[in-house]
Amino acid sequence: MAKVHIPTPLRQYAGSQPAVTVKGGTVAEALSSLVAIHPELRRHLYTDEGKLRAFVNVYLNDEDIRYLEKENTALADGDTISIVPSIAGGR
Amino acid sequence: MIKISTDAYEAMRKHGEATYPHECCGVLLGRFEEDGSRVVSSAVRCGNMRTDSPQNRYQIDPHELVRIQREGRDRDEDIIGFYHSHPDHPAQWSTTDLVEAHWFGCSYIITAVDNGRAVLTNSFLLMGSEDQDKHFSEERIVLVQNDLAKTAV
Repeated sequence: MAKVHIPTPLRQYAGSQPAVTVKGGTVAEALSSLVAIHPELRRHLYTDEGKLRAFVNVYLNDEDIRYLEKENTALADGDTISIVPSIAGGR
Repeated sequence: MIKISTDAYEAMRKHGEATYPHECCGVLLGRFEEDGSRVVSSAVRCGNMRTDSPQNRYQIDPHELVRIQREGRDRDEDIIGFYHSHPDHPAQWSTTDLVEAHWFGCSYIITAVDNGRAVLTNSFLLMGSEDQDKHFSEERIVLVQNDLAKTAV
């Protein structure tokens, strides 16, 4: 089991919960479980082609999954996944 | 309307002066109130990842966001907005600000810093639910005493 922390803007699509506990052996499976439980989250996390949106950062504990094995990264019991939309801008 | 503790408000503006002529950026922690308004208790400084163009661009390292989110959880607080500065530029959102904004329902606060001095500070609430309909709505900033911001529920 892994805990997925939901950022404030997406909680309205996750039953207003700050975190959801899901099953899965990899990050992909955990996120798949998450959107199965809360289908409204899907279009905010994934493109129509099923890829994670470019501005959606996914962290496994304190590591960006892009620097691990991306969505194929294996999960251990008690792992924490954070969904973190990017913050950027400028004049 | 967004309520901000006087300490957090001053901290944002001082950060903009400290990084001038570069943009500063940071995270606003606080609470959502039952009436839907939000109360900022603290402004957490972040580094600007855009070292290629720091005078007119900013980006917060998501690793810092994960850490700040965790610190907020420990205090029963959430990320409810972000701040950055516009050196020698008005305190108005730019096209880049809107394109890069993804935290719906959160506030994006901009401080204009002219010649190294913080002048106007404005807050914009990101409305809509996806890229197609998103827009900023200017909102009133109400300063509150620091202890009120910390105890508000």
